[in-house]
Parts: sequence; C-alpha cells; structure tokens
Amino acid sequence: MAELKRTPLYDLHVALGAKMVPFAGYEMPVQYGLGVMKEHLHTRMAAGLFDVSHMGQVILRGADYATIAAAFEKLVPMDVLGLGEGRQRYGLFTNGTGGIEDDLMFANRGDHLFVVVNAACKDGDIARMRAALEPDVTVEVVTNRALIALQGPAAEAALSRLNPDVAGMKFMDVATVELAGAECWVSRSGYTGEDGYEISVPEGRADELARALLDMGEVEAIGLGARDSLRLEAGLCLYGNDIDAGTSPVAAGLTWAIQKVRRIGGDREGGFPGAVAILNEMTGGAPRKRVGLLPEGRAPMRAHTPIFASVEGGEQIGEVTSGGFGPSVNGPVAMGYVTSDYAAEGTTLYGEVRGKRMAVKVARMPFVPANFKR
Amino acid sequence: MKFTEEHEWLRVEGDVVVVGITEHASEQLGDVVFVELPEVGDTVSKDDEICVIESVKAASDILAPIDGEIVEVNDAIVEEPGKVNEDPMGDSWFFKIKPDDLSQMDDYLDEAEYKDFIG
Repeated sequence: MAELKRTPLYDLHVALGAKMVPFAGYEMPVQYGLGVMKEHLHTRMAAGLFDVSHMGQVILRGADYATIAAAFEKLVPMDVLGLGEGRQRYGLFTNGTGGIEDDLMFANRGDHLFVVVNAACKDGDIARMRAALEPDVTVEVVTNRALIALQGPAAEAALSRLNPDVAGMKFMDVATVELAGAECWVSRSGYTGEDGYEISVPEGRADELARALLDMGEVEAIGLGARDSLRLEAGLCLYGNDIDAGTSPVAAGLTWAIQKVRRIGGDREGGFPGAVAILNEMTGGAPRKRVGLLPEGRAPMRAHTPIFASVEGGEQIGEVTSGGFGPSVNGPVAMGYVTSDYAAEGTTLYGEVRGKRMAVKVARMPFVPANFKR
Repeated sequence: MKFTEEHEWLRVEGDVVVVGITEHASEQLGDVVFVELPEVGDTVSKDDEICVIESVKAASDILAPIDGEIVEVNDAIVEEPGKVNEDPMGDSWFFKIKPDDLSQMDDYLDEAEYKDFIG
C-alpha cells in the first residue's frame, strides 16, 4: 500500500487529539475529543471547522472565460458559460453511458475556472480534464494550498472577525479575500446543509488560519465522521456511495443541476458524455430513483441494506446507499435507490437488518431544513 | 470482576452474573445510538450473539459470555443508548444472566490481564 499523504493541517489534528484514519490516500481526522455526535450537533448549533485539503483543487485557464467554459461544457452537463463571474455551481463529470464519474464544484473567477473535485477521484478527474481540454485550456493542479470548511450558523460571525467582507457574500458566491494575512479563495458553500464557507488557503498559512478560527468560542474542529452524518441529514450525495459510474443524474435526482440550456431544446443542448442517455432518461424517466428513507424503528439502516416492498420479502426493490444515525434528527436516517414504482413520498417499504425486515418510509430530503444564505 | 476478550465485563451479584461492556469498548465504539437486548427468559449459550449495539460508526454484536438464562435486561439503555457511553461499567449494564455453570467464568481475564490485553 502506498504511503498515506498528510494535509498541511496534520500537526494541528494531532495536537488537537484527533483520531486519524486512512481516507482516500490521506491520513485524516475521523473525530476529535468531542466525538461524532457532539461534533455534529455543534456544527448545526454554532460552527465547525473541517479540513478538506484532501480534495482536488484545479485551475483551468484559456484565452478567456468563454473559451474555458465552452471546453469544460464538453465534460459536464452544466451551464458553465452562463455562470456569472464570482459565482459557483455544482457539477457532474458524466461518462459515455450516462453515469457519473465524479461530482464537483466549479467557479467562474473571471480569467479562470476554479474546480474542486473529490479526493478519491481527483487523479482520474485531472487525467480526464487534461485529455479533453488541453492544449487550448490548461489544467493546473493546485498542490500548494489547503482547503478548509467553516460550517454552521455562527460561521459568518466567526469568519467576519477576520474580514468583514465575507458577511456580504451570498450562497455560492466566490471571492478572493484576505484572512489572517493570507490570500484566500473563499466560497459561501459547503457540505453540511448549513450556511458556511469553503476556504482555499496557501499551505504555509493554513495552520495559522485554522488556529485563529479555533480560538473563537463558537468554532470546534470537526472530523470526517460528523461530516458524513451532516451531509446525510442534508440529503447530499457521497460519491462512491450514492452516485457512481453506473448511476445516472436522473436516477440520482440531480437533474436540477442540469440547466435548461443543456437540455433538449436548449441553445447548447447535449454535447457532454452520455448526453443521449441522460436526456432521454430526463424525458422518459429512470427505472430507479434515489430517495430519502426514514426507518420507523430506532435501528440504523446502513449502506447495502436491501429494501423490499413487502414485510414478507419477495423481490428486492432497492438498496440503502448511505445510512446511519442522524444526531439532529435524533433517529436513524438513510438514502438509497428504489424501483421508481416505490419512490413516492410516504411509501412504506422494508429494510432487512440482521435478517429482520423493518419498516422504513420514503421521505423528503433534506431531513433537516437547509440553512443557506440566499 | 472478570473481562472477556470481546470487551465485556462480568460481575457476580448473588446468584446472577451482571454483564456490560468495558470503558475501553465504549470509547472505541463512539457514541452509542441503538441497543437491542435479549428477552427476559431467553436461554442462551456461550458465544451466542444476543445483543446488538450500534454506534455512530458501526454495528457490533455482544456475545453471551456464559451459558444460562436471561433474568433481567437494562431497558434504560434501550430508551437512551447514549447512557452506555456515560457509565459503561456501572448503571449501563446490559443484562443479568443466571449461569448454568459459574466455573465458565474462570476462563476469563482479571482486571490486570484485561489491561494488558488492551495494551
């Protein structure tokens, strides 16, 4: 096994008493002293600081934004060209069969496109971008910056102390902001369902910035364990669990991320990998759908729990892809795929846990109300 | 008090044995969110999977450490699973078992041996 990589905040994690685990090739903090439950609740109540430096940061440059955007639109079914300067959007790399190779964030920074991709997929994503975009558009992998997220209702108050300009940012705005003397690329976004920021900071300044935030009363360090339960309650997909190369954006319920201009009848219809399959499915419907699932008992239904339509069993009609205990819901929460006939909200289905089929209801996501600053 | 390599503790109380999980197990599991206990009156054999304990991280089984009959279970930890983390060695016991053969306990570790075991 290859040696695990460390982020610029490794020493800080160790100093904070984090329990470190291997994750996507990195040694990452899964939890700190508070533990997953309290870290989760603290983030929803105040503010949590997350090290997400393992994610891939990439800059795409070309003659002008339109050139870069037109090239990038060959890889994603999103409206990149129409994205305003200083704005960010959620995106998907699709494949030839209409599956999802990764999900990502991309931002129009005027003279370049800034892209953030998942840690586990970043090598493949970079290769994909290089193959499709170069030489007209250059793919510059950012390896000298950390990425941290500050999430929760107190995130704005905390970060504003370092620079009041961040308070004026709205959900999905991006800007270059000086924080603790460092030039940071800040977006108002995150992966928890809460208001907050993601901050790209020069690696040599990351520790100082993180400590400045952690010194504030409302900010606690939060590990990957709570990051997962927070995103699950927020109904957000985890690549590799809830979406993968065999899942279409339609089945995944992510068609909201495909803007009109790329759909049938749009000015720039199709033109991305798997366009025919995805656009056809948007018209005809997908055979299965990603749904929220609320187990009726107290027992968590974890990933790979098989789902049946009948308490007696019979044919399996679905499977949980992410599931666990939702600390803010104070009960088990899950999401998964079911045959579209069983995807209506309120449908009672049965998840098989330890040989017993237990009732679970198809439920609307997010499981907790989103708290974004629109 | 005796300890198993499965991180359970056993304490003789009159003619029954009280069983719970160790502090070390509670720390390793993390926040406990779900507990399923056996039924009072169940006859169990050593190494039967008789309890389920789920934390924020994962599900684990608790094995019957000895043969016997379940005579009492701690419903308080079913109602509030988080209590397991608060007082695993005391109030948050799991079940009481009437042993068929108390000498089965002799195989288990004493406190010093358990401390060595968890290192």
